[in-house]
Amino acid sequence: MTDVVQPSPPILDELQSALGSVSLFQEQTLDEIPTAWVSAEDLPVVADALRFTLSEPFDFLFDLTAIDETTRQHVTVPQRQDFTLVYLLRSYSRDQDLRIKIALAKDAKTVPSISDIWPNANWYEREVWDLFGIKFAGHPCLRRIMMPTTWKGHPLCKTHPARATEMGEYSLPDDIRDLEQEALKFNPAEWGLAPKGRPDEFMWLNLGPNHPSVHGVFRIMLQLDGEEIVEAVPDIGYHHRGAEKMAERQSWHSYIPYTDRIDYLGGVMNNLPYVMAIEKMAGIEVSDRVKVIRVMMSEVFRILSHLLFYGTFAQDIGALSPIFYMFVDREKLFGIVEAITGARMHPSWFRIGGLASDLPKGWDKMFLDWLDEMPARMLDYDKMVMQNSILKKRTIGVGAYDTKTAIEWGVTGPGLRATGFDWDLRKKRPYSGYENFEFEVPLGTNGDCYDRCAVRVEEIRQSMRIIRQCVENMPEGPYKADHVLTTPPVKDQTMQDIDTLIPHFLGVSWGPVIPAGEMMMEVEATKGSNAYYLISDASTMSYRTRIRTPSFPHLQMIPVMARGQMIADLIATIGSIDFVMADVDR
Amino acid sequence: MPELQLILLIIAMVLILLPTAAMLVWFERRLLGFWQERYGPNRVGPFGILQSLADLIKILFKHDWIPPFADKPVFVLAPMIGALAVLMSFTVVPMSPGIVISDSNIGLLFFLAMTSMAVYSVILAGWSSNNKYAALGGMRAAAQTISYEVYMGVSLLGVVMLSGSFRLSDIVLAQQDMWFVIPQFIGFVIFIIAGIAESHRLPFDLPEAETELTAGFHTEYSGIKFALFFLGEYLGVMLISMMVTTLFLGGWLGPWLPPIVWFLLKTFLLICFFVLLRAALPRPRFDQLLEFGWKWLLPIALLNLIATAAIKLWGGA
Repeated sequence: MTDVVQPSPPILDELQSALGSVSLFQEQTLDEIPTAWVSAEDLPVVADALRFTLSEPFDFLFDLTAIDETTRQHVTVPQRQDFTLVYLLRSYSRDQDLRIKIALAKDAKTVPSISDIWPNANWYEREVWDLFGIKFAGHPCLRRIMMPTTWKGHPLCKTHPARATEMGEYSLPDDIRDLEQEALKFNPAEWGLAPKGRPDEFMWLNLGPNHPSVHGVFRIMLQLDGEEIVEAVPDIGYHHRGAEKMAERQSWHSYIPYTDRIDYLGGVMNNLPYVMAIEKMAGIEVSDRVKVIRVMMSEVFRILSHLLFYGTFAQDIGALSPIFYMFVDREKLFGIVEAITGARMHPSWFRIGGLASDLPKGWDKMFLDWLDEMPARMLDYDKMVMQNSILKKRTIGVGAYDTKTAIEWGVTGPGLRATGFDWDLRKKRPYSGYENFEFEVPLGTNGDCYDRCAVRVEEIRQSMRIIRQCVENMPEGPYKADHVLTTPPVKDQTMQDIDTLIPHFLGVSWGPVIPAGEMMMEVEATKGSNAYYLISDASTMSYRTRIRTPSFPHLQMIPVMARGQMIADLIATIGSIDFVMADVDR
Repeated sequence: MPELQLILLIIAMVLILLPTAAMLVWFERRLLGFWQERYGPNRVGPFGILQSLADLIKILFKHDWIPPFADKPVFVLAPMIGALAVLMSFTVVPMSPGIVISDSNIGLLFFLAMTSMAVYSVILAGWSSNNKYAALGGMRAAAQTISYEVYMGVSLLGVVMLSGSFRLSDIVLAQQDMWFVIPQFIGFVIFIIAGIAESHRLPFDLPEAETELTAGFHTEYSGIKFALFFLGEYLGVMLISMMVTTLFLGGWLGPWLPPIVWFLLKTFLLICFFVLLRAALPRPRFDQLLEFGWKWLLPIALLNLIATAAIKLWGGA
């Protein structure tokens, strides 16, 4: 990150000419995403131009987050103040990303809300308010989203303690307990709602946080007219563990196990964007063997996650058996995962610059056996689930949305492809060597529950195709890169060579020091786009780790689908989204 | 003394029926496990056969809790109504010649009346719990029963026409030449569907629909009161299976084996069929279920009735 003047990206020139007098300051970032700083007052104009004026507009707000800059050392951008707001936008038609940054001083943490321009900004702005204390003027309901409403302080500020031991002893006397319980009561007015109709004409039903079909601790308040849903208000945050805050206390290496638990069904696929981002910052090149193994294991976890989705989706519709058959398949696959990585659901097996270990003897036979028996079982599931007439009646045309709505609300992954929109990161921006594999991107047509399931079922088949290609074409090579920042380092030379011994010692005792810079890496995860936005301050720990997860915007969209549905439809719709709360709340 | 005999028979029936219903819980879980590539309960006793006993002991020692916001008398009464109504229905089922508590000449009507009574249990439980999920479950039960009662009755009228009696033993004896499942196949299918709906089993378990209403009408129930609902459900499965056997499958009739064995064998196979349905089918939506009942089953049942009457008129001259 230097001030070397580079030719400015064409998109910023185009934006500048559309804006006229508004000043844009360009920043060169390590991840080469065109980045422009604007002032807080100019934000509405810039946002409006990006969304509506440009010929191929930026219709998708990919992420919105903030950085507390107060203790950062290595930054040379003059615009920087105490806080930085980061908007990451995407134009699907241009296949182009754009980052907008806004600098804020400690005592003036207010910016105009853009939730009227990109509807999915609503929750992101609430999250930034909750975790950083930045206010969004004009936001319809700026209330805490991750933390309890009774929480004091804004956790992702550098001044907020990161450990419980720094916070004093915790106690819960009766009066405080009563207050906490009172705070959980639902009052529509506090959510910016003015319910239609007389109070005795409808009923508020509290679905969750402990309900069999909300897949974790997730709460939806439903305004019901009989069994018909008038309004739905999702409430998240019950599963918030402060994963982003923890990243600021862990070494680059020791944070890898935390990533496994973000989308806890995604296993090593969660490691991938994280280690790839660090590798790119550190300039580590991994071998083809590492790339192929990473692809293979990621696809294994895609199948594992999709199979669980498939079974629970059927179960939500009331079919009891499929989940058990699919657990048998998953069990066999977990056996292979365990043989290769030593663990089952959360192997934390990818490393900065490679993998924890090489493939064991006989790994290919295990895969081939599994791949041979699976297609027949998939056909059985087709008959049992996808072709079942009751299931079809329950899901076709239920919870449908079109491509435009999906993009507006930030839907990615199978939920977006079910609307017929052909966007798969593995095809559009191949990473880790996906360009070398033959596979198709399954698409739906109606964007309803049935299509969302059908897309995933087909993705299982495509993933099996990819795994077979991996098994049949596994390249030879090292499983770790020969680079000083590879963690844990390659040990072969340590006893002979002082230049290897010293970095080895430092890498193991402190952890690697990753060069300063910022980097966003995205993967096509099981549930949609999962991205890690890492900021290194040339230290052994990350300065800021932003985890953009697919499930977060997906849940925000529930009210759009739920209005007018029956309760049973809502259950099918929730089931078809495929989320895990750890992925939402982090 | 016939009175003493009758009392002994009643006691014997209760002593056999209740443990059998409990065993059925274990049997269903094992059978489901078998069909779902898993074991099911196999730890307590040989093959896990004492699982229900262990469950019963546990449930007896549970705190018998009544929610403070519930309507207490109704809340306590509801589960009893359910179990009692189903138990009462067994009095008219002829298991073999002579083994029947009351071979009443309105046996079939009594059975229909008792199944209708059982619905009060669900509705009252839903209402008295003062819980929104329970209320929704009770509401669903009311709507579902009103629709399914109607054609359950209509589907049986064909059988009554052919046998010319409401007495269940007469109906069995009328099947000596041919089981009613053949001339009354439509009635048979509709009665089975209505029977599943009556006993609130998947795919017609909407009043409790776990994935939607957590536990529906019995959300607030625990301990022995919950056990009564549970018992009622399994007694209901047995009852419907016995009724199908009696009405359509020739009851105790069959060659070589003693009548009671035939009766139990047919009932057992039907129970397995009920379990299979639960393993195989998803749950329709509430309005789809009602639509299916009113728009399809009721007209078909009526047509079946008219056709039976016509054939009876021409053929039975």
